[in-house]
Amino acid sequence: MIRLILDGEALVLPEGTSVAAALAASGDDHARSDLAGRPRAPFCGMGICQECRVCIDGRRRLACVTLIREGMKVERTR
Amino acid sequence: MNERLPRECELLIVGAGPAGMAAACAAADHGISVVVIDDNPAPGGQIWRGGPRVNLPPRARALRERFERLPGLRLCSATRVIDAPTPRRLLVEREHDAGVIDYHRLLLCTGARERLLPFPGWTLPGVTGAGGLQALIKGGLTVRGERIAIAGSGPLLLACAATVRAQRGRLVALAEQAPWSELASFTMELWRWPAKLAQAIALASPRYRAASRLIEALGERRLEAVVIESLGERREIACDRLACGFGLVANTELAQLLGCALGERGISVDQHQATSVAGVYAAGECTGPGGSELALIEGRIAGLAAADQYPLAAALSRRRARWQAFAAQLEQHFALDSSRLPPRRATTLVCRCEEVTLGELETHSDWRRAKLASRCGMGACQGRVCAAATAQLFGWPPPPPRPPLSPARIDSLLLGGMKEVQE
Repeated sequence: MIRLILDGEALVLPEGTSVAAALAASGDDHARSDLAGRPRAPFCGMGICQECRVCIDGRRRLACVTLIREGMKVERTR
Repeated sequence: MNERLPRECELLIVGAGPAGMAAACAAADHGISVVVIDDNPAPGGQIWRGGPRVNLPPRARALRERFERLPGLRLCSATRVIDAPTPRRLLVEREHDAGVIDYHRLLLCTGARERLLPFPGWTLPGVTGAGGLQALIKGGLTVRGERIAIAGSGPLLLACAATVRAQRGRLVALAEQAPWSELASFTMELWRWPAKLAQAIALASPRYRAASRLIEALGERRLEAVVIESLGERREIACDRLACGFGLVANTELAQLLGCALGERGISVDQHQATSVAGVYAAGECTGPGGSELALIEGRIAGLAAADQYPLAAALSRRRARWQAFAAQLEQHFALDSSRLPPRRATTLVCRCEEVTLGELETHSDWRRAKLASRCGMGACQGRVCAAATAQLFGWPPPPPRPPLSPARIDSLLLGGMKEVQE
């Protein structure tokens, strides 16, 4: 099992889980907010649409093509 | 993962799906050194994607094991192509670094993506692509007990439904736009591909409805229901997720950047899977979507051709033709009928990144004008989603791509430029 920090909250999930699945496992699958502040969530699931962009350890990454790592810090983006 | 990126190779393959893996195996068998770059964390492509909840078919496991043990193979996963700064060179980026790779020959196995068409409510969390939902489930998303609607067109809808069932999700709708007459004649043709007939029977679902039209997705902050029209009757169906997809479109951006000619359905190739650019080959769904069987054979032919094994490649051409015929059947029977596509509403967002509505786009005559006036296609996805949608909605030819092919870090871009200046 792997422990990551999502917006300051700890989450423990199986190895091999994608960050996109981790967002959903937190109970709120949104990854970013649109220009009006409405939530957007992973859409294409395969690294094309860029809707799932989040900040991972300080870098902008796509949640759907990134696997969770021990101690990883994930922050939803605006 | 922290191993340094390779600097050069004889054969560089972009994409580690069925075509890329088959090609790497075929070329390595003839002593060619191969580098494979792939944007996913592990090989398999979209169809043979691994994950915590995945039971891959034996054929996929066997190929992946063989591929990963190839002598001389260097696999760079989670690596994206950013640019082709000079001939026979690609600029690539990973999470922590970037580099340029020089190649003698290049094989594009960049696959296909779902055609995602706009409809009211499609930006609500809970709405995904059909293949997108499969990918998310394989990545560990739990759908147990959730009510799931699936809508759009093509066999991917049935595959998605099977994934949902296997994960104990509750399928509440499975709406296909093609009419029963087309589905019946498609099924009648399947005796020519017995494995596909068996698969069709295995995937059959009592929820399947033909001639159905997805009208809209409803919800405030998240998806709450979907409206589907079947036989002239509109029904609102409460659901937790909606997976939608309207067939596949080839990923041709890198090929276009390299100057490769395109055909009607994807990258144009000859009998050796060679593109119009010398030394550049293409195989699999990026040459026209047709399924994993076709991708595997095209990959082998391309790998053999890149290793100058032309007689061996030629021996596979009949098998390729058999699966090309299957691809043609798919295209014919699941052709999109505009009367059964989601209704056009002026307020529906088409460009999800820049939030451009259908109404704003309708006032323009082509993609270029629409882009200049509205910023459509200028956001993070660089038109990957909305250009395919506007091609369907307005008949606008997809725009030629420009580097960087996906959002990249400034240090990666500098690396591509610096190498160019130095030499």
